Amino acid sequence: MYYDNFVLPFTIGLNLLLIFLIIRYIRWIRSFSFDNRRLIRKGIFSTKTLRSVKEIFMESLVHRKIYKTNSFLGYMHMCFALGWFLLIVVGKTESMVYHTSLMNPPYFAIFFRFFHPAKETFPYSGVFAFIMDFILLFILTGLFLAILKRFYSRIIGMKKTTRHRPYDILILTVLWLIFPLRFLAESFTSGSRGGGSFLTNTAGNFFAEYLPVDSLIYTAWWAYSIALGLFFILLPFSRYMHIPTEMVYIFLKNWGVKLDKESPGFEKMQIYSCSRCGICIDRCQLNTSLQINDTQSVYYLKKIRHKKEYETLTENCLMCGRCESACPVDLDLNQIRLNKRPDIVPINKDTYNYINISTPKKTKVAYFAGCMSHLTPTIPHSMLKIFKNAQVDFTFLDENKGMCCGRPMKLSGNLSASEILTEKNKKIIEECEAELLITSCPICYKTFKEDYHLNIPVLHHTEYINKLIQEGKLKTRPSTVKTVFHNPCELGRGSDVYKEPLEVLQSTTHMVVTKYAGKDALCCGGSLANNHLTVPQRTQISQNALQSYSTSGAELLVTACPLCKKAFNQFPDTLPVKDIAEIVAENTISC
Amino acid sequence: MIFWGYSIPEGKTIDYDKNSKELAEFVAKKVPDSSLCIGCGGCTATCTAGNLTDFNIRKLQMLIKRGDTQEAKEKIHTCMLCGKCLLVCPRGVNTRRMILAIMEYIRQ
Repeated sequence: MYYDNFVLPFTIGLNLLLIFLIIRYIRWIRSFSFDNRRLIRKGIFSTKTLRSVKEIFMESLVHRKIYKTNSFLGYMHMCFALGWFLLIVVGKTESMVYHTSLMNPPYFAIFFRFFHPAKETFPYSGVFAFIMDFILLFILTGLFLAILKRFYSRIIGMKKTTRHRPYDILILTVLWLIFPLRFLAESFTSGSRGGGSFLTNTAGNFFAEYLPVDSLIYTAWWAYSIALGLFFILLPFSRYMHIPTEMVYIFLKNWGVKLDKESPGFEKMQIYSCSRCGICIDRCQLNTSLQINDTQSVYYLKKIRHKKEYETLTENCLMCGRCESACPVDLDLNQIRLNKRPDIVPINKDTYNYINISTPKKTKVAYFAGCMSHLTPTIPHSMLKIFKNAQVDFTFLDENKGMCCGRPMKLSGNLSASEILTEKNKKIIEECEAELLITSCPICYKTFKEDYHLNIPVLHHTEYINKLIQEGKLKTRPSTVKTVFHNPCELGRGSDVYKEPLEVLQSTTHMVVTKYAGKDALCCGGSLANNHLTVPQRTQISQNALQSYSTSGAELLVTACPLCKKAFNQFPDTLPVKDIAEIVAENTISC
Repeated sequence: MIFWGYSIPEGKTIDYDKNSKELAEFVAKKVPDSSLCIGCGGCTATCTAGNLTDFNIRKLQMLIKRGDTQEAKEKIHTCMLCGKCLLVCPRGVNTRRMILAIMEYIRQ
């Protein structure tokens, strides 16, 4: 029987952790809404489960998304996650090959070098020793980067790293101690009894010359076991709760579980899945433009988790989705915040009864400009010209009298008021009996697609123009003007429309690509989602974003949202702004 | 009261004995930039709700500042929060936040 008292801290810690986690997760999942629990039952025996396993490997272990942000940072996270995982898997395999039994206790593999008489060989023992040393070295390089990051975060590509609670600093130190202690324990054992490979054997021989390694072996293994046990016991109350929770979250996400207000457990699960890597801090323009350093998702989730006052932070977010698109854990950061916004607009049967819009003309194509487009009349005018040139028979739904789509109301948390507006507007759209709905405003576009449940396709004008050009219904002449495209938050990150505007712009102008393309587009600062910022603060964000685009050397900034155009148009001297519809309308050849 | 021979039409009277400035103070505290308003009416001219009914946010905020909150209480829920007023305001008043603050006060 392989046993020594020093395995106790590790074994007790691990068992307590497992019991705690099982109780926690069962409680959370039991609080899910009926729909979400049904989705779990449906998804559990489908290919979605296999997809989740792949995602866990790619994201939780390899950290592919962090690599995309910065390769050093990705490497550092990979060293800890993949390294530790391999150490466990290879160690377990090694112990099973030696022991020729599956049923050895968990601690046996972890403390294998202590229990295994070094001189006794078994199949591939040399190879195993080499691999285990190699993995340990791999983790130790990551540890070196982690320490470097804590003191000089800029070196590995982060301007700002997360500020942690003292408790989290404590467990961080424990985590950092685990691997050097393992290294010392294995080296001392090797120095005294032999065994190990290039790393622990060399270090062991070195230590043996200067230190009484024989008497230090036992202390080092005790220290290693205590560090592990302590880490497991501290884990549920620290940010490292993300390690187990993230994996459960990936399964639930792939099974289709939605973050609704009726599933508080799923919100908890997301909050606990945040690793506090801090990637969202540099992505947030409230940080880069306004030096507001308390509202980023990492701090917001931290406040909710530790039950601190977070109401102001709930409001102070542009919901641009830049953090969400870079989040390595893929959390629903916008939705978490949106669910916390209070529904304060009182509703009764007469609310919005004043909205009385006459039945629209029945045509195949319906055009809804949106409130904001009426503030930038060149956009609807350009669309009218495009419709005329493409000889499209259409109805302008909100030409003279229109109503709000309801999304601004939803963004401010007032869901019940938003639903009434949605119903009223949906009725008008349906009365038109159109087969296609086109809008110029990405805010309307998102809500039309997600909340209206219309039985006709909805297109943003960029998609529609692209369709007209490809079908040959609209002919454009290429212009030589050098443009840069600003993808609006609600269109790109919000509704996943990336390809169409680029195709239109590439075919009509000389488009330059910047690092702010696609998912990395900036926010114009005009966002209606933030109820906290003052107007000068918004202007500052707009100005900085425009300056970033102007470094591309383009002569013109092209966007696809009236709100973005309005926000950027405040600084025509920095870079003039036009909507994509205007560019196309100007360069259309009349049929 | 001494009658001087002059009179003020009732609609133009601001009676501070009856009026309450509480809402105005609440809004001023929540949205300090609301005091920048010059009453130009740009917000009302562009208002989506104002295009469909007689909702007049310029008037409401003026009445609130005078302590006459009755009309605001009755009509503030007409607003659809579309945010156009915020974009046109030449003084940089966060009108949307102001409306939300008024709603919040009324709810309390």
